[in-house]
Amino acid sequence: MRSTKNLQEIRLIIARHKRLDLLFMVIGVLALMIAVLTFVALFAHMLIDGMPRLSWDFFTSFPSRHPRSAGILSAWVGTTLVMLVTAAAAVPIGIGAGVYLEEYAPKNIITEILEINITNLAGIPSIIYGLLALGIFVYQLGLGQSILSAGLALALLILPIVIVATREAIRSIPVAIREGAYALGASKWQTVSDHLLPYSAAGIMTGVIIGLARAIGETAPIITIGALTFIAFLPPSPIKAEFPFLSFEWLTAPFTVMPIQMFNWVSRPQEEFQFNAAAAGLVLVVMTLTMNAFAIYVRYRMRKNIKW
Amino acid sequence: MTPQFLAESSQPGSLGYSYRRHLRERFIEILLFLTAFVSVAITLAIVVMLVKESLVFFQKVPVWDFLTDTQWTPLFDDAHYGILPLVSGTLVSSAVALLVAIPLGTIIAIYLSEFAPFAVREIAKPFLEMLGGVPTVVYGYFALLFVTPLLQKIFPELPGFSLLSAGLVMGIMIIPYVSSMSEDAMRAVPMHLREGSYAMGATRIQTAIRVVIPAAFSGIAAAYILGVSRAVGETMVVAIAAGMQPNLTWNPTEPAATITAYIVQVSLGDLPHGSIGYQTIFAAGLTLLLITLTFNIIGHILRKRYREVY
Repeated sequence: MRSTKNLQEIRLIIARHKRLDLLFMVIGVLALMIAVLTFVALFAHMLIDGMPRLSWDFFTSFPSRHPRSAGILSAWVGTTLVMLVTAAAAVPIGIGAGVYLEEYAPKNIITEILEINITNLAGIPSIIYGLLALGIFVYQLGLGQSILSAGLALALLILPIVIVATREAIRSIPVAIREGAYALGASKWQTVSDHLLPYSAAGIMTGVIIGLARAIGETAPIITIGALTFIAFLPPSPIKAEFPFLSFEWLTAPFTVMPIQMFNWVSRPQEEFQFNAAAAGLVLVVMTLTMNAFAIYVRYRMRKNIKW
Repeated sequence: MTPQFLAESSQPGSLGYSYRRHLRERFIEILLFLTAFVSVAITLAIVVMLVKESLVFFQKVPVWDFLTDTQWTPLFDDAHYGILPLVSGTLVSSAVALLVAIPLGTIIAIYLSEFAPFAVREIAKPFLEMLGGVPTVVYGYFALLFVTPLLQKIFPELPGFSLLSAGLVMGIMIIPYVSSMSEDAMRAVPMHLREGSYAMGATRIQTAIRVVIPAAFSGIAAAYILGVSRAVGETMVVAIAAGMQPNLTWNPTEPAATITAYIVQVSLGDLPHGSIGYQTIFAAGLTLLLITLTFNIIGHILRKRYREVY
C-alpha cells in the first residue's frame, strides 16, 4: 500500500517538473519572439515611412532644404570611399597581427600584453575612437575632417574584429598541414603564405565583411571628427583622363556618409524629413544585412565543404 | 645518412642562399610583429590623447568641481563643469537597457542552448547576429519615432525625449551580444555534466539552472560585462531619443543627456581647436573610458574567480 501511494506522489512530482520544463520552453520562445518582433516592427515602420521616397532620384540627388527633392548621392558615394580607406588599412594590419599572434608569437609577457590589449580594444566605446581620430588624425597629423581621417578611424575600430577572425581561421587548420610543409623544407613564411593564408581565406573574409558591415553603420566616431552634415557636392574622382590616371585628391575631401545623413534627417522637426530618414535607414539596413548575410553564408559553406 | 648530407639537401644552393632566406624570414617576422603592435599603439594613443587634453582642462577646472558640481553647462556664459548630470544620464539609460537585455538575453541563451530543436537554433542564431548588425542610428530612429509614441499612448505624460525609450531600445539592441556569448559559454559545458544530472532524475530546467549555468558562469559574466560596456558607450540611440539636455536625474521618464550624447552635441557644433569646449569632450571621454574600464576589470576578476576547468 505504502509503495503505491509513494509511486503516485512521485508521478505527481514528475508531472509538476515536466510542466515547469514546458513553461520555460514557452517563456524561451516568447523571449525570442520579442527580439524577432522588435526587428519586424522596426523594419515595417521604416518600410511604410520610407518606401514612397525610394526612387531612382533619391539615389542620384544631393541633400537639399526641400525634403521632397533631397537624396543620398553624396552620402553613398562618401560611404563607399570611406570604406575603401577602412578596408585598405584594416585588412593588411589585421591579418598581419592575426598571423603573428597565431604562428610567430613566442609565449612571453609581450605576447600576453598584446592579447589582453586586443580583447580590451574590442570593449572600448566607438566614440572614444572618434576622439582619438579627432586629436591625432585631424589635428596632430593635419589630415583635416577628410575621408582619410574617417576611414582610418573606422579601420582602428574594426581592427580587433579582423584580428580575431584571422586567428580563429588559422587556428582551425590542423598542425599536420604545417608539419607537412616544414617536412618539405618550406620556411615559416612560405608555410604561412602558401598554405595557411589560402586555406583560411574564407574565414578571414567572413571577419572582414562583418567588420566592414559594422563600420558602414558607425555614426559616432565620424560625427566626432566633425564631418559636415550638409554636403551638396562629390569628392574629386579617383580616376582621371590624363596620366597617371589615378588621383588621390579625394582622400582629403570633405564628405558625408549614410548614417550621418540619416541622423541629420532624423533630428529635424519636419515630418517630411523623417520620411527621408526612413528611406535612408532602409538603404542602410539592407546594405548591412546583405553584408552580414553574405558573411554568414560564406561561413556556412566553409563549414560544409572543408573536412580536414 | 649523415647530418652533413641532410644539411646540404635541405638547403639548396650556397651558404649565401640560406643567409638571404634567413634574413627575409627575420624581416617578415619583424613586420608582422609591428602590425600586431599597432593595437598596443592605439591603446597608448587613446590614453595619452585623453589624458593630455584632460590635463589642460583640469588646469582650468578643479577636479573637485568636476566631480561634485551638479550642473553641466560648459557652453553657457555661466559655465559649470560638473560631470554628475552626464553620469546620471548614462547610468540610468544603461540600467534600463540592462534590465531588458540581461533577463531576455539569458532566457534566450538557455532556450537555444538547452531546449531548442536543432532547426530553431540554426535559424535563430544567424537572425540574432543580424539583429546585432543593424546600425545604431537606425535603432535611434526607431526609439524616437516608434517606441516613444507607443509609450506615450500608455503613459501620456512621457516627454518626446526620454531615457526610458532610449534605454528600452538599447536593451533590445544588446540582447544578441548577451545571448550569443552566454550561449557559447553554456554549449562549452561538457555533455557528461548534463548526463550526470539527467541520470539523477533532474529535468531540463533543473539541469540548466543548477548545473549548466554555474559551470558556465565565467563566460556568462563576461557576456553581461560586454553588455554593460555596450550600454554605457552607446551613442546614437541616446543622442537621438534621450535628448541632449544635461539633467541630474535618476528618473528614466525624464529627458537627459549622457556622456556620449554630450560629445556628439559638441561635435555637431563648430568648436575651435584648443578652446575649453573642445577640451570638455576629452574630459568627458576620459570619464567614459574609466567607467567602461572599471566594468571590464570587474568582468576580468569574475572570469578568473569562477573559471571552471574541465
